[in-house]
Amino acid sequence: VAELPLEGIRVIDLTVSWAGPFATCILADLGAEVIKIESRYHWQQISRGVMARPPESLMSNEPVWVWGYPDRKPGERPWNRTPISNPTLRNKYSMTVDLTRPEGMDIFKRLVKVSDVVVESNAPGTMEKLSITYDMLKQQRPDIIYLRTSAYGLSGPYSSFHAIGSQIEAITGHSILRWYPDVDLSTVQVRFQSDAAAGVNGAFAVIAALHYRNQTGEGQLIDLSQSENVMTHYCQATMDYVLNGRVLKPLGNRDYYGTAPCGVYPCKGEDRWVAINITSEDEWRGFCRALGNPPWIEEERFSDNLKRFHNQDQLDKRIAEWTREHDHYALMHLLQKEGVPAGPVMDARDCYNDPHLRDRGFFEMVTQEECGTHLYPGVMWKLSATPLKIRMPPVRMGEHNEYVYKQVIGVSEEEYRDLEAKGHIGMEYIPEIM
Amino acid sequence: MAVQALSDIKVLDLTWYISGPYCTRLLADYGADVIKVEKPTEGDPARKLGPFLRDDPHPEKSGLFLNLNINKRGITLNLKSEWGSKVIKELVKDTDILVENFSPGVMEKLGLDYDTLKTINPGLVMTSISNYGQTGPYRDFKATELVLFAMGSAMYSHGIPEFEPLKYALTVLQFQAGGSVAAATLGAYYGSKYKGVGQYLDVSIMETAMGNVDTRMTECMAYQYSGRVNTRQPFGGGFAVGIYACTDGYIDIAAGASNLPRLVEMVNDDRLRDPKYADPAAAFKPELKEEFDEVWLGWLSTHSKKEVVEACLKHNVWISPVQTASDVVEDTHFNERGLFVEVQHPVMGKVKIAGRPFMMEKTPWQLRRPAPLIGQHNEEVYTRLGYSKEELVVLRQQGII
Repeated sequence: VAELPLEGIRVIDLTVSWAGPFATCILADLGAEVIKIESRYHWQQISRGVMARPPESLMSNEPVWVWGYPDRKPGERPWNRTPISNPTLRNKYSMTVDLTRPEGMDIFKRLVKVSDVVVESNAPGTMEKLSITYDMLKQQRPDIIYLRTSAYGLSGPYSSFHAIGSQIEAITGHSILRWYPDVDLSTVQVRFQSDAAAGVNGAFAVIAALHYRNQTGEGQLIDLSQSENVMTHYCQATMDYVLNGRVLKPLGNRDYYGTAPCGVYPCKGEDRWVAINITSEDEWRGFCRALGNPPWIEEERFSDNLKRFHNQDQLDKRIAEWTREHDHYALMHLLQKEGVPAGPVMDARDCYNDPHLRDRGFFEMVTQEECGTHLYPGVMWKLSATPLKIRMPPVRMGEHNEYVYKQVIGVSEEEYRDLEAKGHIGMEYIPEIM
Repeated sequence: MAVQALSDIKVLDLTWYISGPYCTRLLADYGADVIKVEKPTEGDPARKLGPFLRDDPHPEKSGLFLNLNINKRGITLNLKSEWGSKVIKELVKDTDILVENFSPGVMEKLGLDYDTLKTINPGLVMTSISNYGQTGPYRDFKATELVLFAMGSAMYSHGIPEFEPLKYALTVLQFQAGGSVAAATLGAYYGSKYKGVGQYLDVSIMETAMGNVDTRMTECMAYQYSGRVNTRQPFGGGFAVGIYACTDGYIDIAAGASNLPRLVEMVNDDRLRDPKYADPAAAFKPELKEEFDEVWLGWLSTHSKKEVVEACLKHNVWISPVQTASDVVEDTHFNERGLFVEVQHPVMGKVKIAGRPFMMEKTPWQLRRPAPLIGQHNEEVYTRLGYSKEELVVLRQQGII
């Protein structure tokens, strides 16, 4: 079997929350040795849950992706069992060290010497407080690649602001755009498009820098502002303002390009829905066939796309009367058979039962010591020569201390025991961390 | 001009619409020589998608197309013609990366599938992007942004319980897919370049949505772990989390859990200093939340957006103003950092777009050229392959280029 593309590249992972961990997850998926540095003395928000030791009573709360712990129990070490973090902890190594103490910083520097890349995703200033600067990293390893990803970037008036993805949604204009028309904005749900974007583009940036380093021997600093990085995703909105002075309003499920119908309709069962979007006359005729050509489709007000677009509310009512009688999956098959773009609004159960995802092997069975055996969302792409897999389960804090300290950094047995005695090495947070 | 990281990479771009072009734009942005191949005369269908300059639906005036195709060269070619597939094979000899996003099976029909092309260039990295992937029961199903979002993303839990589930805005899922593909494709290129492993990538847009870090992936995990299914319940993650109205607009704030004490300091009302709010379970008790909101919403109702933002910054509370597209384009921070750049386009004139995806110290993002006009680089590319200007005239008349 061929080596994975990034096998042999070592990445130090100082990331928090989602964007950074997702970037390093992609590098790990592609074969890099990603070593996550954690501290037993410091809680990193959202990196291993929203609390280190949540009481069991919280396990029935919303949102499920925060509180849906295995068997609805926090367990002995809840931080190794969080649905919010475990999916991006696959294929990684973890070591613990306290970077606020000199001997901890010494260990970090020794690790930098034998690494290719450092990735961090804290608010600017956080690394500086630890005296980790690009210059300091270069002193250890002249060709180091340093990816820094933050909400607003390393310079400019907002640079030092603390934020997570939901604030970036708001400031980049997405929160307003992705809601129901004419519904109060204070109901907008918390979401994170910029984390997803920064994750993939951050990994891309690192690989580009690695290629350049191989060609020239030079490393470099990358400043990825998560708000800037995601801006192109919303280019129709910014362009409409730039080109036409128009400020786009929320469209709900309606198509910005005016294809109609474009909507989500209720189905048989509780809270079941199907998405249908007709983009051509051919598809409209297929849709009519699927419905059994009821008389109302002949009405003048639905006779072409423009009319359907203008009379979409009435059309939606007709469609909903029909969809309500059917199962959401059955509707997909019925409509797709007639060449109509349609699909069920899949909840998590549907994802795991879905025959297509099963056929393609999207989910992978993984056993992690403190969580048990589960099906995990897998790697996003199928590579023919070097298939990418979940090679290692979501890493537990400090799981690879022995390996990293002794084999990667080369500390002696005696030094290791000393660092352990000083509290750097371990698999538990100190009790003060809640 | 400064050197760029990917300047030595040659990309043959057989993509159209959004996901594929965004992937190859990222490669072009950092220096790759991307040759975009379009259908003769009408070009990429994204040219028919707006917004257009002054709402004029002209193939060279699409703001979307411009954003997706800066820094590329463009040629036209009828891939269905014999000459067309011959030219692609000639170009593939000198190509590192080929990206395409036709329906599954189209490349085989054109005689341009990976098995054929790798015999011409064994080191080739070829990426196929499609809605559902090259295999599986949904392979030939139709999709749009809405349908893919319903299936691949966390639509089911996005919205209000009484209303229908909601997609995200515009076509963001396809942009995200393009970014995901770019990372994988560049990774595979790295393997080809330094380990001699050329290969084929089969990417399903639906799977790029399911496997990305926004809430779908974590919801799947939570369901496996706990058997619980995420619904459209309000977030509920703390006392002050989400979007709130102030006197003249909205702000987004995240002051749940460990950040709460800083918010309490900011509001500076003794009622919030009650230790009962410090219990991590407190925010999930409706009666306590109501009591808290009385003070918190009261404070907001006497402060403007600007005042709230300033107070939050002073107290290190996670905050941002809720902005519209016009706020974004006029935003001080984004403009001071130089995010927006002016593209000089032969038909559109000067157009401001959000430029760089990220900043590289030594190999910076550059705006090297605007999006290509239809067939703009035909002569340049084809004469380099050895075709004469006379031959090109004939091909043009036959509608092949």
